[in-house]
Amino acid sequence: MAVSDARINSLRVTLTVVLALMFTIVELPDSVEKARPELLLLLVIYWSLSAPRIAGLTFAWICGLAVDVLTGPILGQHALAFLLVAFLTHKFQLRMRVFPIWHQTLTVLMLLALYEFLVFWIDGIIGPAITAWTRWLPVLTSTLLWPVLVAVLDTWNRRSR
Amino acid sequence: MVTLSADTRPIIGRGPPLGARFFFLAVISIAAMVLDQRGNYLDTARMWMGAALHPLNAIVDAPHSAWNWLTGSFADRARLREENAELSEALRVARIKLLEYESLVEENRRLRELRNASQGIGERTLIAEIMNVSVDAFRHRLRINKGASDGVFEGQPVIDAFGIVGQVMRLDLFSSQVILITDAEHATPVQVNRNGIRSIAMGTGKLGSLSLPFMTSESDIRVGDLLVSSGLDGIFPAGYPVATITKVERNPTDTFATVEAKPLALLDRDREVLLLWPEVPERTADSPVGEGVSSQRTEDLGQNQGTSDAEQPN
Repeated sequence: MAVSDARINSLRVTLTVVLALMFTIVELPDSVEKARPELLLLLVIYWSLSAPRIAGLTFAWICGLAVDVLTGPILGQHALAFLLVAFLTHKFQLRMRVFPIWHQTLTVLMLLALYEFLVFWIDGIIGPAITAWTRWLPVLTSTLLWPVLVAVLDTWNRRSR
Repeated sequence: MVTLSADTRPIIGRGPPLGARFFFLAVISIAAMVLDQRGNYLDTARMWMGAALHPLNAIVDAPHSAWNWLTGSFADRARLREENAELSEALRVARIKLLEYESLVEENRRLRELRNASQGIGERTLIAEIMNVSVDAFRHRLRINKGASDGVFEGQPVIDAFGIVGQVMRLDLFSSQVILITDAEHATPVQVNRNGIRSIAMGTGKLGSLSLPFMTSESDIRVGDLLVSSGLDGIFPAGYPVATITKVERNPTDTFATVEAKPLALLDRDREVLLLWPEVPERTADSPVGEGVSSQRTEDLGQNQGTSDAEQPN
């Protein structure tokens, strides 16, 4: 029972991660391109909370590395940022899991801001960083997406249990 | 509230502590960044990881290519005929120009031979399609569908029918990232075509605008001047059009003038680009002077060649 559950869950995690990776590179209209939500990072946070046994730190790190390979200017930048977010999520998972949704969304906002700042910082170390204010838009759009994502994935998880 | 998935194993006592794993992976990430930044030690690793993730790129690109294929195969006859007529007209014009060009190439080759100049003029090319995947919303990067397996190399010049587009920056096995000349991290050594003044055209991060920060107020440069690549970087071959000057502002109190230029390549509208293999100097010296070398090269245009002679140092 537990084994098959774990298997279904890891399948689910893999599927959502692949979809999110595709979302990372799909072409969007110019007007919304810069506000593209960090769907993969949200998924990493979500799975770290709901399936911490499957989505550990290594999982988050590999997700970040995939982002680096697909889009990043340097290997390890997003990997490190993903890792930091996953570490904090794991650290506070017992608390975050029972937060009311608005409280949880605020926590996610902070995690996203931290993530974006780390990416920005490394950008600045390796070359001229992008200082346009629009680079912080993904933090906002991702935060807005969090409650929706939780609702959708929770429904999915409960139904198929 | 996030639902916890069914899992009956105890929470305590599972593998190494969180902090240790975090520290270990963080050290690996930082080491990767240093190695990648300082000496490109991870190129091979990146290439293979890129190859492993290539299916994702291909899938995301697929709807677009499928649509292109569909519209292409169901295009109506009248339009095709019209297009055909237009293209043959264009080809005729191009042929006539090419005749002139051939003789100029020969003449140039002879003159260079006389001067023992080191620069080659003939080039091998390969057409690459721009993939419809986004690389980075804040940087000017593209992904093209040719990679190391096609003989593409890092720093390879990329052009289109109107001018220089950029250069290959990251190499995967089946695709590669191109940095555009307008990227804020890119600089192109250029020369004013009219009088040969050399300068550097820096990307501004805005599509359709380059800046030339090292033009003194006294330098002879006007709006409308054509900028061509000077070839001093050893990456872009000399003489390819880069941009036209759109703005020259001279302030007598400043040492440098504010000069802006507009790239000639259709950076935001291209669907296909051309990869260049600049000829190595030795080979030019070896090849006999007037033996129809150039005509053979023009036949090679646009054909994919083996990788053996493609990986030349730029």
